[in-house]
Amino acid sequence: MNKFWIILFHTYVSKLKTKSFIITTLITALIIFGLANIQTIIDKFDEDETTHVAVLSESDELYQAYEQTLSAMSSDIVIEKMEGAEENAQERVTNEELTGYLILTESSEGLPEGVYKAPSITDSEITGQLEQALQQLKVTIATTKAGLTPDQINQLYAPVQFDKVALEENAKSEEELNQARGLVYVLLFVIYFAVIMYANMIAMEVATEKSSRVMEILISSVSPIKQMFGKILGIALLSLTQFAVILLVGYGSLKQSMGGMEGGFFEVFGFGDLPVSTFVYAGVFFILGYFLYATLAAFLGSLVSRIEDVQQMITPMTLLIVAAFMIAMFGLTKPESSAITITSYIPFFAPMIMFLRVGMLTLPTWEIALSIGLLVITITLLAIFGARVYRGGVLMYGKSSSFKDIKKALQITKNDK
Amino acid sequence: MALQLENVTKRFGSFTAVDNLSIEIPEREMFGFLGANGAGKTTTFRMILGLLDASDGRISWDGKKINYDTSHMIGYLPEERGLYPKMKVRDQLVYLARLRGMQKQDILKQIDYWLERFKVPEYATKKVEELSKGNQQKIQFIASVIHKPKLLILDEPFSGLDPVNVELLKEAVVDLKNEGTSIVFSSHRMEHVEELCEHLCIMHHGKPVVHGSLKEIKRSFGKKNVIVHADFDISHLKTLAGVTRVKETAEGLNLQVESEQISQKILDSIVGKGFVRKFVLEEPSLNDIFIEKVGASYE
Repeated sequence: MNKFWIILFHTYVSKLKTKSFIITTLITALIIFGLANIQTIIDKFDEDETTHVAVLSESDELYQAYEQTLSAMSSDIVIEKMEGAEENAQERVTNEELTGYLILTESSEGLPEGVYKAPSITDSEITGQLEQALQQLKVTIATTKAGLTPDQINQLYAPVQFDKVALEENAKSEEELNQARGLVYVLLFVIYFAVIMYANMIAMEVATEKSSRVMEILISSVSPIKQMFGKILGIALLSLTQFAVILLVGYGSLKQSMGGMEGGFFEVFGFGDLPVSTFVYAGVFFILGYFLYATLAAFLGSLVSRIEDVQQMITPMTLLIVAAFMIAMFGLTKPESSAITITSYIPFFAPMIMFLRVGMLTLPTWEIALSIGLLVITITLLAIFGARVYRGGVLMYGKSSSFKDIKKALQITKNDK
Repeated sequence: MALQLENVTKRFGSFTAVDNLSIEIPEREMFGFLGANGAGKTTTFRMILGLLDASDGRISWDGKKINYDTSHMIGYLPEERGLYPKMKVRDQLVYLARLRGMQKQDILKQIDYWLERFKVPEYATKKVEELSKGNQQKIQFIASVIHKPKLLILDEPFSGLDPVNVELLKEAVVDLKNEGTSIVFSSHRMEHVEELCEHLCIMHHGKPVVHGSLKEIKRSFGKKNVIVHADFDISHLKTLAGVTRVKETAEGLNLQVESEQISQKILDSIVGKGFVRKFVLEEPSLNDIFIEKVGASYE
């Protein structure tokens, strides 16, 4: 087998077997599974709690009207009319037979009034529904008293007609934009974390080999270039494995609980109709971003002599990723601003910001192609340059670890004739 | 099959690490490559391994340039221990040997053979970081010879080992040599070099200052050692003409003299003055030659 593949699979398999990898993957999958089923989980806890509210009312008529209004709201509060003194109701509340009780009275103008009493009034859902029902009842009574016909009342309360039309062709509607924003937000986070995590992993891997001096043996059997790219691709394979697991779990559990999440938590994040193209772009931009930063991390890692210095060395790189993420976060609210458009062509920002634009706006193909093209060219240049630094860097041992070492590393491999 | 270095020079910017070095190491030969720290040994090794390009001159193995196509024929034991600390010994050796182009079946057989030979078969499933320095060194040695290299570079192979284990490794090195491996041996332990190498080279500031066969080097060095132990005061010997170096010991004096003739003058000057318990005329040790040529003290 080619030595490149030996290195690739060795990197992949040995990282795959590490406890930290297995644990992170499991935890992430669990969180995804939990999120996907959050509606089910919440419902599960709520199931056995039906709300019983007793109503103390002087007039039957008022109670009847109130019950009708409440049931018309399809509320799950069960009310019952209760005769007798307030003390009885209080006792039943103490015995936990009732959630609370409502005292309905009529004011001097003949409008309904209510007092709700319960051990705790923190559940705003119950009080809100009770209040809303009473409010509606009051409006009906008051308008009838004012002599309006039901038709007039309906007219009064009908919502106003208001439509929004985007003049630009293909522009996304406000609703679509909101949906896209949620999904892009989540995927941006994924790209951000994944790029930082895996680029770090590469730098650590290189620095570990260097500081344990196993590097000298490795480079005497395999060329540093093969070694560097074997490693980068091995870790890429690792990241894809992790994503595959997470995506499978996520997709599976989303499909399963798709029915139960109408109008729920997911609508907010725009998972209603999963747009496949956004996921594909997320994948493409993650891979490009990974290669860009992994190459950078590999040659930065090759410059340090001790593992302790790795973080210091790659801090500027990490800051670059953080900056890209910050700009992208700003862009979520203003994806069309010119700052976002410009930065989406800068290779170090493009993986996140171009993805943001692709996910939120409808872009002409050439813009996407241009950004990806620039990114690919930068990766290639960085790989060629990085490989040269790496070749010298792995041979260098010294106290200092600074960017001046890049020059030194290049000098080592240079042929001084 | 021979390793040839012809007028090899390596410059880093304005600094010359190796200056016009020419050596030839035939098959079945162990070549001592000596020098103080920073004399250019590691740079030379890296050039032989193809990790660095020579600025001038030519390095060839069997007439061909050494590169990654020939790496399965080359073994390297670097001075600094280099193993994955968290990896198990067997996995580690399998990985490193596969990178030298070996097949897995052969590797496993060889691992068993070598661990058995070095009396550490129980370490196969242990992590390297759990082993003592000496045992790590054995594993490192196995990693450099498991693929039966034709050219083996050993940089301080015996450091950190107790005398019993030094013998164990020395035997293995000699066996390899007898099987036809050319070995470049670097050490600061001159007695090991004297014992194992027929030819050697001493580097100083990138230049070879001594080069040739061990016998030849000793003969041409000229100076001899005289050891005198006596019951009376022999301090006048220190200032005798022709004595170039004096070392006082608990029992007497170790003198370095310019030539054999001086030893006779020393003998004349002490005969009849009292009881002489020891008088020895010796060949200079490699240690003496090294100190003389490199001018630094070494242990």
